[in-house]
Amino acid sequence: MSVVSHEIFGTTPFDGAQARKGYALNKMCFSFNDGTARAKFLADEDAYMRDFGLNEEQAKAIRARDVLGLLAAGGNVYYLAKFAGILGLDVQDLGAAQTGMSKEAFKARLVAQNEQPETL
Amino acid sequence: MAKIIGGLTTSHVPAIGGAIAKGLQQDPYWKPFFDGFGPAREWLAETKPDVAVIFYNDHGLNFFLDKMPTFAIGAARQYFNADEGWGIPTVAPFDGSLDLSWKIIDHLVSREFDVTTCQEMLIDHAATMPLKLFWPNDEGPTQIVPVCINTVQFPLPSAKRCIALGKAVGEAVAGWDSDKKVVMIGSGGLSHQLEGQRAGFINKPFDLAFMKSLIDDPEWAAQFSILELVEKTGTQGVELLMWLAARAAVPGDVRKVHSNYHIPISNTAAGMMALAAA
Repeated sequence: MSVVSHEIFGTTPFDGAQARKGYALNKMCFSFNDGTARAKFLADEDAYMRDFGLNEEQAKAIRARDVLGLLAAGGNVYYLAKFAGILGLDVQDLGAAQTGMSKEAFKARLVAQNEQPETL
Repeated sequence: MAKIIGGLTTSHVPAIGGAIAKGLQQDPYWKPFFDGFGPAREWLAETKPDVAVIFYNDHGLNFFLDKMPTFAIGAARQYFNADEGWGIPTVAPFDGSLDLSWKIIDHLVSREFDVTTCQEMLIDHAATMPLKLFWPNDEGPTQIVPVCINTVQFPLPSAKRCIALGKAVGEAVAGWDSDKKVVMIGSGGLSHQLEGQRAGFINKPFDLAFMKSLIDDPEWAAQFSILELVEKTGTQGVELLMWLAARAAVPGDVRKVHSNYHIPISNTAAGMMALAAA
């Protein structure tokens, strides 16, 4: 039973079910805190993924740099951000990729949030 | 007894560390954010807190999913920052306040909070950045006590529970036999969401109402469940739990010294507040 009692568009809270599904993927991304580990991954991505026991869905999403696929495979954004760091991507690159926008359009949309009303 | 001088809250974003390292505080993109800290720094220069208790959420530097505490209290002699994997420069270690750490731990457990105690604890940008923002020349508190609240893995502790935690921390500090001045810091929020098709979500009216509530009605946000907070503020906006705990740790009423709100820094609605104990 998920802790999610109601749906929120485009949002999957990282609950027990996600944590179970994504453990290997997240453990690999957690390892990227270490520079040696990052270099080892870049030298042979498939071998590194095998060491951490990623399943095919996770490995495929890593190979494709598919952020939504990584989330669906149980990835947690706090750890995935370290994978993005290896690729030189920031959170606005990720936001653009996930919403199907260009980075410029995504950034412009963020700035446009200033136009929201000040009161509820 | 120790004196609680007030509370400080701020958003944290890794990119802020990069901006500080590159000296971009007056760059047009960053200026509206960094300028918000000026009046708070003046107040802090007068009040000179000795110790900071920092409520923050770890982003996968110290804690992984193998062991994920809901509430973790630092009890280390020294706290080191380390490589978080995305290239922001690490900062020098901070000294702990062991006496206050254990005072807080003892009191929290007596108040039925089943906390995790950490005699070694790496602290990430969420804990270090507020110290660099409020005291840019390292002229601030010489000792810290980090209090980490889980926002990585659901279920998260409720807003109500985080307020209760903050109150109990405030009681522990108020009962600490010391002549030190203590400031409570809450690091996180405000509205933002990094992941999924809802990435980029920001809720300005909610953020502004929330900031106001910390002065007028500090338990206002406790009416919302965690999922309601996620819906209103985004999956990372829920980090406002840190603000709630820090505010609750300051007993009684507060006076607003200064606040600032700016959209966006990175993907985040960035807010800060400095609240003096009344």
